[in-house]
Amino acid sequence: MSTVSSYLLSEKKNKRLSKILSALIYTALGIWALLVLFPFYWMLLSSFKSFASYNAEFVPKFFTLSPTFENYIEAFTAVPLFSYFLNTLIYTLLTTALMLVVTVFAAFAFARLDFPGKNIAFTLFLALMMIPTELVVITNYVTITDMNLRNTFTGLILPSITSVFYIYLLKENFAQIPDELYLAAKVDGTRDIVYLWRVMLPISKPTVITIIILKIIECWNSYVWPRLITDNERYYLVSNGIQAIRESGFGRDNVPAMMAAVVSVSLPLIILFLIFRDRVMEGVARGGTKG
Amino acid sequence: MKLKKLKGWLYLLPAILFLGVFMVYPLIDVLIYSFEEGYNFASGEHLGVGFYNYAYVLRDPYFLSALKNTLILVAITVPLSTGIALLISLGLSKIKALRKLFQTIYFLPYVTNTLAVGLVFMILFKRTPYSDGLINLLLSWFGQGPVDFIDGPYAAKMFVLCFYTIWIVMPFKILILTSALASVKEDYYQAAKLDGASRWRMFSRITLPMISPMIFYLVITGFIGAFKAYSDSVALFGTDLNAAGMNTLVGYVYDMLYGNSGGYPSFASAAAIVLFMIVLTITAINLLVSKKYVHYT
Repeated sequence: MSTVSSYLLSEKKNKRLSKILSALIYTALGIWALLVLFPFYWMLLSSFKSFASYNAEFVPKFFTLSPTFENYIEAFTAVPLFSYFLNTLIYTLLTTALMLVVTVFAAFAFARLDFPGKNIAFTLFLALMMIPTELVVITNYVTITDMNLRNTFTGLILPSITSVFYIYLLKENFAQIPDELYLAAKVDGTRDIVYLWRVMLPISKPTVITIIILKIIECWNSYVWPRLITDNERYYLVSNGIQAIRESGFGRDNVPAMMAAVVSVSLPLIILFLIFRDRVMEGVARGGTKG
Repeated sequence: MKLKKLKGWLYLLPAILFLGVFMVYPLIDVLIYSFEEGYNFASGEHLGVGFYNYAYVLRDPYFLSALKNTLILVAITVPLSTGIALLISLGLSKIKALRKLFQTIYFLPYVTNTLAVGLVFMILFKRTPYSDGLINLLLSWFGQGPVDFIDGPYAAKMFVLCFYTIWIVMPFKILILTSALASVKEDYYQAAKLDGASRWRMFSRITLPMISPMIFYLVITGFIGAFKAYSDSVALFGTDLNAAGMNTLVGYVYDMLYGNSGGYPSFASAAAIVLFMIVLTITAINLLVSKKYVHYT
């Protein structure tokens, strides 16, 4: 009898402990969520404060009672922010599209076709995954400069077209498609390229979408290469535009307008992420870098 | 028949072409550059061959300061971010309600533009004639004097850089550790519970060994990532990192190549190769250490 009651007692104690523990966990998680969200809140808030009221606040206020849209107008009229957006969009779309073509063909060759030297070629491809971009950027800079491709989209796009990692990812996915499908298609006289287009791509759609999203994020955020290769404002991408605004534009004095620009630059990717949340997170878990 | 054999190579051709021109050739070229002394960008000629570029770079005070900054950044951010990410992921694995919401929020920094959000951090930490900034407001609540985190003392600037770096790298680590924790089989815990094992014992004897490969993966990628830090620093301190005293190794390479102090691809190449060697050595050490501690099933 006594053992049962002591067991019940310890069970009760355990429950209380669990409750305290889960309260602690929620508090800690809440604090980190706050730390993550706060910069976003602050940029939104500052972007809606008027220039005068922002500068009048020696002690920053955590809210504003008179939100204004003037900073957004200022951000898009005082500097060619719109053209930075357009450039980034063109750059992102073209790079992603070309990357996809190159990647799909290469992955198809490695996963489906037999040809002499395939294994050696694949091993060499994998070895290239370990090469950091920092090491090859110097020569690429010289190459593009020598080809007179500075301040052109071609110069911006060319070096970022191939990604060994995406080829690897798609190849692994293609390789899971049963051989029988291919053999059956061959019997029917289907050409390789048709088979790739009609069968393999639709089956691998989730991976293809993952690759596309990861590449879009990468392009939208790229900073180093565009900075090296463009010094003409007309070809700036958003990252370089933001940096230019900060160093020579209105950014130095007009913080609210700068924050409006920052919000505009951040929003597209955040929306993309919220729409494709699971795809993005799964893709990054499988092969994201940055960190 | 012969055509059929060539077909595979035909499909590979675009990838090989691009990789050849923009990856393999540069790899060889960067080595050559690094040994060409007195290279002239305009004429493309050089005076001799030797180790002068390396000697120059290794004695350059800017390089040494960049090296110091990078080492401090690595030493602080890698263990801290991995540790905090582990705690957060453990917390996430213990809750059910709001879990998805937390995960979504935690991932946001991954999809933000480093340069753009870096500006927000700068504004939060910066002290201007008009305002001490938000962080200094918080500090003042605890009776601490205003500090200029952006143009002030070295330690303060380093703190902001580390803080921002950790903020940026957390999403990836939390994501990886959360999925690692989710893959530990529930049976193990059930069995341990039957044996009356304490929470700590279950963590140290089951959880930790089971997720150790992933922790190790994060440590390695963390080291590599932190050694290549650059944009975070630019976002906070502007493009002239040497003047701010906050340059990183990668920043040094780019500054040598381009910008006000640029035009020296040989020096840039030598520095890039030194950086690569450091990363390679650290990764090798990591691999050796991991053999002892990482538990592979």
